[in-house]
Amino acid sequence: MTSSDILSFINVRKSFGANEVLRGVSLELQRHNVVCLIGSSGSGKSTLLRCANMLETIDGGDITLFGQSLTDPRVDPDLVRRQIGTVFQSFNLFPHLTVLDNLTVGPHYAQRRPLEVVRSEAIELLVRIGLESRAHDFPDRLSGGQQQRVAIARALAMQPALLLLDEVTSALDPSLVGEVLDLLSELADAGTTMLIATHEMGFARDVADRVAFLDQGVLVESGTPSEIFDNPQHPATQLFLQRVR
Amino acid sequence: MTTTHDEHSSGVAPPNLLAPGYRRFFTGRGAVIASSLSSVAVVVALVSLFYITPGSSEVRFFFFHLADMGRAFVGDPAKGLSSVGLAFLTNIWMCLLCEIIVLVLGLTFAWVRVSRSAVLLPVRVLVTVYTDLFRGIPIILVIYIVGFGLPALNIGFLSHQSPAVYGCISLIVTYTAYVAEVYRAGLTSVPNGQILAARSLGLTQQATMQRIILPQAVRTVVPPLLNDFISLQKDTALVSTLGAIEATHAAQIYASTEFNFSGYTIAALLFLILTVPLTRFTDQLMSRDRNKRLAQQS
Repeated sequence: MTSSDILSFINVRKSFGANEVLRGVSLELQRHNVVCLIGSSGSGKSTLLRCANMLETIDGGDITLFGQSLTDPRVDPDLVRRQIGTVFQSFNLFPHLTVLDNLTVGPHYAQRRPLEVVRSEAIELLVRIGLESRAHDFPDRLSGGQQQRVAIARALAMQPALLLLDEVTSALDPSLVGEVLDLLSELADAGTTMLIATHEMGFARDVADRVAFLDQGVLVESGTPSEIFDNPQHPATQLFLQRVR
Repeated sequence: MTTTHDEHSSGVAPPNLLAPGYRRFFTGRGAVIASSLSSVAVVVALVSLFYITPGSSEVRFFFFHLADMGRAFVGDPAKGLSSVGLAFLTNIWMCLLCEIIVLVLGLTFAWVRVSRSAVLLPVRVLVTVYTDLFRGIPIILVIYIVGFGLPALNIGFLSHQSPAVYGCISLIVTYTAYVAEVYRAGLTSVPNGQILAARSLGLTQQATMQRIILPQAVRTVVPPLLNDFISLQKDTALVSTLGAIEATHAAQIYASTEFNFSGYTIAALLFLILTVPLTRFTDQLMSRDRNKRLAQQS
């Protein structure tokens, strides 16, 4: 662990009943870094992300955010989550709020920042994702790709230290995947710190600083995209990459 | 030689898609005529069936006598007859007052039941027992128990109220249990992803409830809540058993003095004037809701 680590997983273990989902996973995320988690469904990618923002409690090991242990009982999960933006596979936009209100509900009611400020910030974000014309529409009027872009903007509106993205293109029509991945690439270029669970190998190769391969709850191998994709060392990684190609 | 266009191009006769003549009557404009005719026929049949029953003329005299309906509606203070019309105002204020209190209490109870707060555990148990109890007891028994029990307890202020107040207490106690369950169903119907998203933004449990879950839940429970409101309006009639002068009781007085039941008919009509528009409105809301859901799925 180095001082520039934002988020560190240290030998993290997590079980659901008898099912051991994470078997001692260690991983570091540094500022302005993009790490892509790859691996088949059920390999533990999503669970690892959910442990990071304390939606799940871990059974063993430790997770640190800015060097502070999240297993410390004095840690307030709400404060941890305000540092971490989360984007879900199924968008989970709030259907009763307009696009703009989806973006302001966190900054206003969680961070308690004044509404005028968070509104103008939200509109700037909508301009950035090219959806400022839809600010006053409800989410069900938007396409899946647009909804997911709004969900990313909603996470960014909290000005988080890092983003967790959980297979954010898996629920999308193939024709809508591109616009979401393009937005993520822009964010990566702008230096956003991201931990991305993904099945899009081409995207991971382009955007990741490091790629980590999870297999049955074990972090089998991690390295630069070219190390993982061009010269995988572990047989499990080789097998997985053969299958997805 | 004359050939149709289709025969000419494909060599095979096209299938006939037109309904045969007699069935064409039931499609398009014919359907409107058909449904009007059948409605008239059914009404005529029912009315004539009523007229040919052996006791028809007695029933018409005792239940549908226009002059008696009018007298019962206006009342006659000289003969000690209360006006059914005026008494119906009691039903209206009872149901409005009860509904307001029920909506607030019901939501509070539902909130307590779905909250996971450890501090609230004893309250949660109490509320659960309460809803089980009052959803299971017929309202008429609650009215008797409250209406005769509270005065007998002799606890000052609480034991010296009018029958209408005891009636209201009974209705509130019963309907709060129903409405709390409706609210609870609404609160638990909000998808888990909504809660995950809200908590991930760092919203506290209470802010999540207030800003995310409750607004979505209320939308889904408006139709069932309106249904309960309609039932509540009708159940104000049960308060007559305690002797409160509301429409049913006024009609009862009229029936026992004048030996004519037309007062009941006018009371029934008054209830209908109130409930039918609300029922229609509720149905409309529900179908709009369903259409919206279907549109979202496609």
